[in-house]
Amino acid sequence: MEKLTNRYVQINRDPMTFGEKIYIPAIAKGLSITLSHIFRKKATVSYPEQKRPFSPVYRGLHILNRDEEGRERCTACGLCALACPAEAITMEAAERKPGEEHLYREEKYAAKYEINMLRCIFCGYCEEACPKDAVYLSETLMPSNYTRQSFIYKKEDLLIPEHKKQDDK
Amino acid sequence: MRLLLTYSFSSLSSHIHAWLISSMGDGMAALVAEMVIVGISLIVFLVPLCFFLGYMERKVAAFMQLRLGPNRVGPKGSMQIVADTVKLLFKEGLTPTASDKFLFNLAPVIVVVTSMLVMAPIAFAKDFQIWDLSIGVLYVTSISSIAVIGILMAGWSSYNKYSLLGAMRSGAQIVSYELSIGLSILSVIVLTGSLKMSDIVMSQQNGWWIFKGHLPMWISFVIFVIASTAEINRAPFDLTEAEQELTAGFHTEYSGMKFAMFLLSEYINLFVVSAIAATLFLGGWMPFHIGHWELFNHIMDFIPSSIWFMGKTFFIIFIIMQFRWTFPRLRVDQLLTLEWKYLLPISMVNILLATLIAIMGWHF
Repeated sequence: MEKLTNRYVQINRDPMTFGEKIYIPAIAKGLSITLSHIFRKKATVSYPEQKRPFSPVYRGLHILNRDEEGRERCTACGLCALACPAEAITMEAAERKPGEEHLYREEKYAAKYEINMLRCIFCGYCEEACPKDAVYLSETLMPSNYTRQSFIYKKEDLLIPEHKKQDDK
Repeated sequence: MRLLLTYSFSSLSSHIHAWLISSMGDGMAALVAEMVIVGISLIVFLVPLCFFLGYMERKVAAFMQLRLGPNRVGPKGSMQIVADTVKLLFKEGLTPTASDKFLFNLAPVIVVVTSMLVMAPIAFAKDFQIWDLSIGVLYVTSISSIAVIGILMAGWSSYNKYSLLGAMRSGAQIVSYELSIGLSILSVIVLTGSLKMSDIVMSQQNGWWIFKGHLPMWISFVIFVIASTAEINRAPFDLTEAEQELTAGFHTEYSGMKFAMFLLSEYINLFVVSAIAATLFLGGWMPFHIGHWELFNHIMDFIPSSIWFMGKTFFIIFIIMQFRWTFPRLRVDQLLTLEWKYLLPISMVNILLATLIAIMGWHF
């Protein structure tokens, strides 16, 4: 049979010899292993100070994206809500008024956009469904909270903060 | 510097003794005052010691498992154990409704008092011990076996099957391992010819028993360490507590301060058995001397005797802690097999060898 890894070891099932039965060599070996561990490098990552990098495909908390001019990309088409297997996304659409062109990219925008983070399974289907590149899953972890209500993230919570102009980047 | 080197605990204690006699007269009052002072200073010594042992245990455990251990509270996490103790103090001391209230509350006291009593004949430094009674070692072995009553009491009165199982295991374990502890102590006694702690330490002036007594002393040292690990119910012989199977065994039902007392006695016992092993086999407070290397011996003499004693004790404590994180727990039958079929016969033969050495005068 083909071996899965190169780390397999054939178990020796021979009856124990006298040297093995008195256990003294085994005990000494065990003690030396634990003693050597004291001087080995520790595996701990002291979390708040050190953070391990996320994998490039990590799916964390959602963000609502803006375009190059800082306008919201979302047009409230509802495809993300449709794609969502956990039915975590709700939205209400509204029409862009004249004079709001600097806020919203297209004629329709999401007046209300909520994701219930307790329902969300972070599958990333919303990200795939979005035709406007508006919703993305970031590398942020969801912070804990005390109430269920506070896990329903509003549009303000999800939108990335508006930076002045894209040219300063 | 000169003052520091000549400073010793024995001069301190004799000064206090002389002062008490002069101010109170050589009567009952001075004796009582001395006892109170000894009691208070023992507690003042033991509580920080247990804090340190708890911290050390967690750090040793962490390092052996490639972790960092407590490192948040205080410098290097040293205040963690103080924080835990404060938490235990503020916790509610629950007494189960079905329990035998009197015995339930009495048990932790008995366990702590027993382990504190054993401290009496331990020589902490040159001429510095609480009570240098003529049967020192016998006293230690007899008092330490009272602890099993406390444990049985705790298990029985908790009215909990796990507690009772743990206590019963503890009874079987302590009673059987006491035999090989006794025999390995006896092999030192045979060579020393005295039960008195100070005599045992003085007999090791020209070399510790582990070096002087050849192979039998090595064997009895190993047996003593194994059996005393079992005696104080530490892993790999922690069948009484067995977190995974008995949910902490005899102290399942204890919380708050009463639980803290069990914890305290556990660490005191750890210190006591290590101190006794250090006294019997590693020469107590005696400095390390090599034959006729006068300069080396002289340098060793400069290290205070209390440092020598503590160093040896903590070396053995470290070994016992290392056992805990190295070996898997024994089954009950394996535990008793180890004692009755292996350790006891070996120590019986060993004591004969030790006697032979003592009679023939092969030790130096």
